[in-house]
Amino acid sequence: MKRRNFVQLAGLGAGALMMPFPMMGKSIPVEALLESGMDVATKKRMADVALNTAKSMGATYADARIGRYLNQYVFTREDKVQNVVNTESFGIGIRVIADGTWGFASTNNVNPEGIKKATEQAIAIAKANARIQKEPVKLAPVKGHGEVSWKTPIEKDFKDVPVSEKVDLLLKANAAAMENGANFVNSALFMVNEQKYFASTEGSYIDQDVHRIWPTFGVTAIDRSAGKFKSRQALSAPMGMGYEYMNGLASEKVEGPAGITLYRNSYDIVEDATLAAKQAKEMLSAKSVEPGKYDLVLEPNHLGLTIHESVGHPLELDRVLGYEANYAGTSFATLDKWKSGDFQYGSKIVNLVADKTQPGSLGAVGYDDEGVKCKKWDLVRNGILVNYQAIRDQVHMIDQKESHGCCYSQSWNDVQFQRMPNVSLEPGTEKYSARDMIKDVEKGIYIAGRGSYSIDQQRYNFQFGGTVFYEIKNGEIAGMLNDVAYQSNTQEFWNSCTKICDENDYRLFGSFFDGKGQPSQVSAVSHGSSTTRFNGVNVINTGRNV
Amino acid sequence: MAIYSEEEARQIMQKALSYSKADTCEINMTGSESGNIRYARNTVSTSGHRSNQTLVVQSSFGMRSGTATIDEFDDASLEKVVKRAEELAKLSPENPEFMEPLGPQEYDKSITYVESTAKITPEYRAKVAASSIEPAAAKDVTAAGFLDDSAGFSAIMNSNGLFAYNKSTNVNFTVTMRSNDGTGSGWSSRDFNDVSKFDASEASKVAIDKALMSKNAKAIEPGKYTVILEPAASVQLLNNMFGAFNARTADEGRSFMSKEGGGTKLGEKIVDERVNIWSDPLHPDVPASTWNGQGQPLKKMKWLENGVVKNLAYSRYWAKQQGVESVPFPSNGIMEGGDASLEDLIKDTKKGILVTRLWYIRTVDPQTLLYTGLTRDGTFYIENGKIKHPIKNFRFNESPIIMLNNLETLGEQVRVDGNLIPYMKVRDFTFTSLSDAV
Repeated sequence: MKRRNFVQLAGLGAGALMMPFPMMGKSIPVEALLESGMDVATKKRMADVALNTAKSMGATYADARIGRYLNQYVFTREDKVQNVVNTESFGIGIRVIADGTWGFASTNNVNPEGIKKATEQAIAIAKANARIQKEPVKLAPVKGHGEVSWKTPIEKDFKDVPVSEKVDLLLKANAAAMENGANFVNSALFMVNEQKYFASTEGSYIDQDVHRIWPTFGVTAIDRSAGKFKSRQALSAPMGMGYEYMNGLASEKVEGPAGITLYRNSYDIVEDATLAAKQAKEMLSAKSVEPGKYDLVLEPNHLGLTIHESVGHPLELDRVLGYEANYAGTSFATLDKWKSGDFQYGSKIVNLVADKTQPGSLGAVGYDDEGVKCKKWDLVRNGILVNYQAIRDQVHMIDQKESHGCCYSQSWNDVQFQRMPNVSLEPGTEKYSARDMIKDVEKGIYIAGRGSYSIDQQRYNFQFGGTVFYEIKNGEIAGMLNDVAYQSNTQEFWNSCTKICDENDYRLFGSFFDGKGQPSQVSAVSHGSSTTRFNGVNVINTGRNV
Repeated sequence: MAIYSEEEARQIMQKALSYSKADTCEINMTGSESGNIRYARNTVSTSGHRSNQTLVVQSSFGMRSGTATIDEFDDASLEKVVKRAEELAKLSPENPEFMEPLGPQEYDKSITYVESTAKITPEYRAKVAASSIEPAAAKDVTAAGFLDDSAGFSAIMNSNGLFAYNKSTNVNFTVTMRSNDGTGSGWSSRDFNDVSKFDASEASKVAIDKALMSKNAKAIEPGKYTVILEPAASVQLLNNMFGAFNARTADEGRSFMSKEGGGTKLGEKIVDERVNIWSDPLHPDVPASTWNGQGQPLKKMKWLENGVVKNLAYSRYWAKQQGVESVPFPSNGIMEGGDASLEDLIKDTKKGILVTRLWYIRTVDPQTLLYTGLTRDGTFYIENGKIKHPIKNFRFNESPIIMLNNLETLGEQVRVDGNLIPYMKVRDFTFTSLSDAV
């Protein structure tokens, strides 16, 4: 077994044992979440220590990020609270350019002495690596922003909501699932607050307060006599919102086919858990799919992951250029295809946009982690590949002068690098609902929610599952299906896109823990779309007798 | 310095325990020094050094527990962290699955620490990068690689008298070599506790050779093929299969190991009788810790014997519920191999495919342990005992259970990701589509 799995299983004490993934920071009492932390004036003074030290040692550029990262996670199963975790991580990361080379060091000693020492380390690393550097860093210009601030526009800070209220809500959802036929249910609430301060030698002092939330669960139904089990995951999306996402507002619910309720900017976890239990039971006896070509009607909470893997990742410029070759891979979307100006990524109705400003999205911030003001830009317009995702030290490689503002680090003690912004499919322009779309399909499958996903290292060939599948026959939903996965090729798939519902059906999907880089870092990103139709996609049957 | 000696760790933890007023208290302490270098496009991209130390206190009053963490070990900090854990415990709901900390245990002495690995310098890391980049550049190939080394300790002590300490070192290396015309890609990985066993030039050469050999791959039809899986190709499927060796999910009826009508597959033959898998923390090639995070001793343990499920892992809680002895999850995995070298396996293959590695492996169906993923960085067609030509990558949909039932030949074992896995020849491996990815 892999060593990291051992660490997860063996744990570092019972607290860590419950964690399904590595966690950052030290645990703190819940009241400490409400403490205000270091004030902005002090942060500025501390950041200036780094910037001045770097300049005095010959750096041509330096930035300092003082971060306080607060996380609260709640885990339950059936009628039990498994764990409540509150963590805090605080420190400073200093990045410099010396002798044309990046250097980075970090410390949790956020005082002049500690900062000076870390800055000296960053300079020493830059100078040591300069000896084998063949591509000196070239930064796109950025004007200093002075002292500015930005905050996720939340209505209810999760830190102000008592833990008991959160626990009660999850247990209520669990109870609803059990009452409706579930054999097991696990549920969790992930809440994150990044308090980030950025300063650079170019005169920016940026204070940001970023919030994210993700409620989720897995419901399992079992047929002991047949030795079968089926699970249904939550149809929630992680969001760049406050605790108000948990309000379950009726106005944010979308009625889907076959009695499914889908959610926009407000989630009703009890209602979804109730439906999940019923659907998990139904799956136990649902029909196994006949393999073949189908028209797929993909719901936004499903399509988001397909967008993420087949558009978001291949258009990361660092992948295209080979910086990720040893890990995630490279990209089919090579520079020559982009330069040709006529590479048909998708059909003419496909417009894919990158956006770091979209309200409610996980990627929304005012400024990225190298002080660039965030914006929205086109990746694919009318089906043609028109741009990539690039940061300050990359844009010169695609003959552009302005960073796209999508640089991110998961923490103060990791170096920032290019990360995926929100990448979304624009809704269709004419009035058209998911119901209209199903009516127009003769032989198809409606897929909602995320499932199994796998794609090659250049992002050509992919295979996706989903949370729930319904057969469409002659414009009607004809019942639930099992064992569905579709296999396609990115360009072929996006060129088979024939219809996109209008903006009334537009919703966000999110990935809370997207991994990239060595050592690996996580980031959170949203993908919006309306229900979309893809014609003649290859569907396989994944059922096996073992 | 984040690496404390056994005596230093014992003193710090005893001090922390002396502040405890809870019914029980358990302390875990870890520290590590690690360094890395990353390179791509035949030049270094990032490198770093990290020092971490953490002390975790779990205090319990009855079935209420609280956990607190700290990274400073002076007396005032230790007192503070114990107090905080106790405050949190009092506020926590009762955990019906709470288990009282273990009493004193007997442990084997581990062999996981090698001084030379702990002494790796930034200069050594730069040299490793150079031993990939220089030969690559000379052959019109581009290198991208990552070297990560660490030295660390972990220790546990509790109010019931248990104490354990372990030191370990690790070095992990991966490199991807791509031909500059973009049509060939090769890869290799190495991992050791002892860096003196690591030869960066040798590992880089394997990847360069594969990059050149895999240029201009031909497409062949997807379908069922006899495959020779290098250990790096099968390790993750085996690792994923091992996830099903969890007694609780098996008993609960939501695992491949659950049996139709109730009960589990413990004692049943599930794969070919030549399959033997065990764990052994004292194996000299894949040494691992001799205790886990709860202080349970880890010993040699059989999991699959002659294809039969010999053991499932029982957490302490679940073992108590079921009235059996707890069986901790292992810290490594060893699969019995044979004498055949890779060359022998190829020589004995009439028609087949050599797979360097499998990539982006995801669960498709947990019921049957069906996984999907793709071949990557060196896939070759074998005919009449020889590698005939490189082939385009395939997507597979396969279960390790089916794979181990279709076993043809076991080859030599190789260390990969801290495990010992043999080369394997397997018939009827299911490839479902072609990929254009290089």
